[in-house]
Amino acid sequence: MQQEVVLAMLAKEPSYGYQLRARLRDALGPLGDTMNAGQVYVTLTRLEKADLVAVERSADDADRSDRKVYALTPNGQQRVAEWIAEVSWPRPDLAEFHLKLIAAAAAGLADPLTIVDTQRRELLRRLRAAQRAAMAEPDRSDAALLLEGIVLRLQADLRWLEACEQRWTSRRRGS
Amino acid sequence: MSNAADVSVLRARGLRKQYGKGEGLVRAVDGVDLDIGAGETVAVMGPSGCGKSTLLHLLGGLDRPSGGEVSLHGRRIDDLGEKVLARMRRTAVGFVFQAFHLMEELTAIENVELSALLAGRSPRAARRRAEELLEQVGLADRARFLPSALSGGQRQRVAIARALSNEPLVVLADEPTGNLDSAATLDVLRLFERLHESGQTLVVVTHDARIAATADRMISMRDGAFVDETRLTGGTTGRLGALVGLED
Repeated sequence: MQQEVVLAMLAKEPSYGYQLRARLRDALGPLGDTMNAGQVYVTLTRLEKADLVAVERSADDADRSDRKVYALTPNGQQRVAEWIAEVSWPRPDLAEFHLKLIAAAAAGLADPLTIVDTQRRELLRRLRAAQRAAMAEPDRSDAALLLEGIVLRLQADLRWLEACEQRWTSRRRGS
Repeated sequence: MSNAADVSVLRARGLRKQYGKGEGLVRAVDGVDLDIGAGETVAVMGPSGCGKSTLLHLLGGLDRPSGGEVSLHGRRIDDLGEKVLARMRRTAVGFVFQAFHLMEELTAIENVELSALLAGRSPRAARRRAEELLEQVGLADRARFLPSALSGGQRQRVAIARALSNEPLVVLADEPTGNLDSAATLDVLRLFERLHESGQTLVVVTHDARIAATADRMISMRDGAFVDETRLTGGTTGRLGALVGLED
């Protein structure tokens, strides 16, 4: 989990760690199930050391992180603002797959179409899982929107695989 | 599926369909073997022109093969006479097409009940069944609308209700989401999911990955033949985390 995500979840108001976890769970739905409970607290401790968050108050003088209310420091606020403004987008590694097909065909290591078929099976399994998760979400849930993003990306990848299939089929016919 | 022969709803052996001759010979379907078990949802995927629509037509008795066999519930249908075949199509198979193929001058409920009437049900039974089906596809309040007053997604749901009206052994769908936007596609997916849960046997040919992904089994078709087959059941959401950067 990226530190900035935890930081940004805290921007709304000073919060307990469990409140941050609840916000993440709502936003991620079934995708958040894999999140480790301790992750948020580990991240909060790191952020505290980096002077991006501070403990506003503790329930008693116990040193347990689950009893502390965390708040952004001025540095933390600035970091969140920068992160929100940043342009970043995860990239699927298409070049690697593309080069795998080229290398396999050139050296006769494997049939590129077999590689395409194998990849398609895997993507379809993921698409199935994402779609089922999306259909199980209540209307207008935040998590459903994220799942739709996954579905659309997988569809795009599958369309590209179709293009790969067509190209490699016609190459084979041509040779 | 090695022991599928005795439980197959739909079975094909060495199925072929050719058009033209000599230089212009097209092998649209070129030696297909297929077993569809009861309650199974199977998707056949492939680029346009791979022969998947022709295959579906052969499976449903809409077209005759150039060679090979098709059996529905253990009964050969490729060599049936035209009249018997037509009756079989009306009662045992439900078709869903990309372009809906509804009768434009009939209301939604009339479209649905027509196929029950043609199959010999009484008008009362046909009407009751049609009402029930429109309720199932979420269109009870649109029963008296003409197709032209319905959205694409609604029209396709009427067409699905029609396909179900004679409790067919198998529903054959040809590119059912091809004309639909994303939200309407999701409605059709949900509907197919419910059909699947109710035990309906379903074969879908499509190049829409979303609909293929709802199947138990996905078959890839190229140049008239099956080239790959995979079981899609058993996916987990855990792996999905990696796709959105939540896991490594």
